[in-house]
Amino acid sequence: MNQPAPAPKKPHTGAFVFAGVIIALFFIGLMGLLYYGVQQSDRAGRDALPSPLIGKPAPAFDLPLLHEPGKRFTLADLRGQPFVMNVWGSWCPECRVEHPVISKFALTKRVRFIGYNLKDPREDALRWLEQYGNPYLMVIADESGRTAIDWGIYGAPETFLVDAKGIVRWKHVGAITDEIIAEELIPALEKAEAEKR
Amino acid sequence: MRILLLLAMLLLSPLAHAQASDPTPLQFRDTAQETRFHQLTAELRCVMCQNQSLADSNAQIAHDLRREVLDLMNQGKSDEEIKRFLVDRYGEFVLYKPDVAGNTWLLWFGPALLLLAGAAIVFRIVRKRGAAGTVANDDNQEW
Repeated sequence: MNQPAPAPKKPHTGAFVFAGVIIALFFIGLMGLLYYGVQQSDRAGRDALPSPLIGKPAPAFDLPLLHEPGKRFTLADLRGQPFVMNVWGSWCPECRVEHPVISKFALTKRVRFIGYNLKDPREDALRWLEQYGNPYLMVIADESGRTAIDWGIYGAPETFLVDAKGIVRWKHVGAITDEIIAEELIPALEKAEAEKR
Repeated sequence: MRILLLLAMLLLSPLAHAQASDPTPLQFRDTAQETRFHQLTAELRCVMCQNQSLADSNAQIAHDLRREVLDLMNQGKSDEEIKRFLVDRYGEFVLYKPDVAGNTWLLWFGPALLLLAGAAIVFRIVRKRGAAGTVANDDNQEW
């Protein structure tokens, strides 16, 4: 179209309006996404990965107890009742943040509360428990971190709920708070207990 | 030293999810294995620093997972088996190229769909203009 024609003026404007509307819609969509992203960026644990283990049998393990290294402990030893497994390490700053919360919860004796000591030299772990208090019924020690891979653990703190049949029901990545216990852990536990009967 | 340690802890404290560290270099059998290892880990995503590949990340878990990948390679596992192993534990997230499934089709075909939509719009505009142009053309034009 190297010859500017007088008649096509109208279709031209139509096309421009159409393109303008498309661009505007696209832009509004982008703004919407940006807004959503900003909103989400505030959410605690936004980087937490959903565990593929939920609803699946908990991975078997065979690890020594922190306080009695000669004694091995396996998943089978925990069958029959639900348990909560809390992954921690003396090297983990957030574990200290959640420590008062989980200590309070463990004291209620609502569920068996097991500690999973990850990649910690034994002395450090023992010293940490002595200093801040030991909320755990027992602590299993995974110094190499090899078993943690089977559980999809990628740091600490992480907390799992496993039901009486050994099925993983719930997982939380990051520090536990009172709200998370009340709104997520307890309901998941109640559901697991109700389904058992 | 104490102060340094305290400073490090203060700096680390905003991390909601912490990592221990003990980097030890990996031992490869030969260069072929090393090449395969680097290719494979570049295709896997680090679960801790989610915008880095397993090959690039310096997070502790990335060290551990690299070691695990090498162990699995030494056991004669195929790339597919190693990826499956990680997906079973950490989820589809670890794959930079996830399988085509109900929740990933938009990821795979979204760009192509956008391109098609753009092409359709351009096609429409061009045709409209073309049609308008032909009608308006002066019959006396020489071309």
